[in-house]
Amino acid sequence: MFDFSIVTTWFDSLLRQTLGLGDFWSILIECILVGVLILAGYAMLAIVLIFMERKVCAYFQCRLGPMRVGPWGIFQVFADVLKMLIKEIFAVDKADKLLYCVAPFLVIIASVGTFSFLPWNKGAEILDFNVGIFLLTAVSSIGVIGIFMAGWGSNNKYGVVSAMRGAVQLISYEMSLGLCLVTAVILTGTMQVSGIVEAQTGPWNWLIFQGHVPAIIAFLVFLVAGNAEANRGPFDLAEAESELTAGYHTEYSGMGFGFYYLAEYLNLFVIAGIATTVFLGGWAPVNIGIEAFDAVMDYIPGIVWFLGKTFAIVWLLMWIRWTYPRLRIDQILKLEWKYLMPLCLLNLVLMTIIVAFGWHF
Amino acid sequence: MANLVMFCILAVVILGSAVLCVMTKRIMRAATFLLFVLLGVAGLYFLLDYTFLGAAQISIYAGGITMMYIFAIQLVSKRTLQGLVEHLKGSRVLFGGIVTVVGLLTVALVLLKNQFIYRACSVADAEVPMETIGTALLGSEKYQYVLPFEFISVFLLACIIGGIVVARKEKEK
Repeated sequence: MFDFSIVTTWFDSLLRQTLGLGDFWSILIECILVGVLILAGYAMLAIVLIFMERKVCAYFQCRLGPMRVGPWGIFQVFADVLKMLIKEIFAVDKADKLLYCVAPFLVIIASVGTFSFLPWNKGAEILDFNVGIFLLTAVSSIGVIGIFMAGWGSNNKYGVVSAMRGAVQLISYEMSLGLCLVTAVILTGTMQVSGIVEAQTGPWNWLIFQGHVPAIIAFLVFLVAGNAEANRGPFDLAEAESELTAGYHTEYSGMGFGFYYLAEYLNLFVIAGIATTVFLGGWAPVNIGIEAFDAVMDYIPGIVWFLGKTFAIVWLLMWIRWTYPRLRIDQILKLEWKYLMPLCLLNLVLMTIIVAFGWHF
Repeated sequence: MANLVMFCILAVVILGSAVLCVMTKRIMRAATFLLFVLLGVAGLYFLLDYTFLGAAQISIYAGGITMMYIFAIQLVSKRTLQGLVEHLKGSRVLFGGIVTVVGLLTVALVLLKNQFIYRACSVADAEVPMETIGTALLGSEKYQYVLPFEFISVFLLACIIGGIVVARKEKEK
């Protein structure tokens, strides 16, 4: 298995020994470099995801999707980004300008923050605290405030209605999302992201196999709640175009709107990434206990496994999005508070029993 | 040095946002500045390597309490919040000043008297493992906190039930 920490230790020793820099400067340079890499990866993935969404959506609706710009339309998203960058940014009359300007940044900070928790490869976890999973859910909760401020700061009644819906939905579904992650934490016994992935290496050791029934329930509930958390699929009533024009970002133009757009797609990726990390083994390859097969699988680098599994889940979520009609707000809240959350709590108890008696694999 | 630089940045953010939170006239802006203060305090915890408290600070205060304030603001009608003006009398300003000074003196005296700072400084910053925090929260030995933990849970449950009772609409008989 390729260990990315070889590269990072090499770079660290390059700065410290070859260039003779002190603690302060080498850490500063490394932090800046990692930050730039995160943002570059974020932007790249956003472009890939937007293109993927358009194509997947088109094929589900028996269309071709974007075909004009470049072969098979692959430059369409770049053209869109250019359009977004050169748009005029205007302020709304009688709106709270400060909140209007701050809101997109809060949303994008929450999105990038959760994004940097993903384990890309062995030794390539960026934020790896001992409270990893807990901190991840904490950071993602800042986005709710950004969404609400956007609706409030645009002085638009559609915006406020949409922000209210969005906030209620996000707060509700954070419950089951957190409970599902706690279920996984019980099984692995650690909250650290690298520790959770490490516990899943080896033959048939992905959590979904290790924890059989409760882990599968938690995984499915996580997908449903994650879809709601990313404001997508049948849960996209916060941005229901037919009733609310565009939702809380109606009054935004240019990059302000661009940030919401980016955050929406990247939240989808982050949800899929967390599901992969926690339930499907992160960068851990498929190992089935036969030595030759496992050795071949181990040669494939971890990032390929991680991205492959994550994009498979992204595709699954897109499939759901373009198949089911939108739910009403009362149906959404009923689903969460009356069905998913009690199910999660029972599942938590079930998982505790299984772990306590050692009935897992 | 890096710690000092980060501390200065955080201190400026916390103090600046705190002052702005009190000075602003629009209540939603006040909630926003409060959010920045809480995030800054979480930053201080991370600076001390106390990541669990930092994460709890972000998720409970920044994500939860601020959101609850915002919802509460939404439930208050717009007219009651607009044009609220209060003129401060000289005697009240004086009284407020005295209370502030007394509070500052009490805090300073307690901090200097019980040697807490010296003991905290002598221990190097280290991440506390989650297992230690977990056993301390839910253990029943000395210096373990299962009783307060349970008390708080029961108290919160009572609050939730009370909230439901208050909010429930009476059925027409």
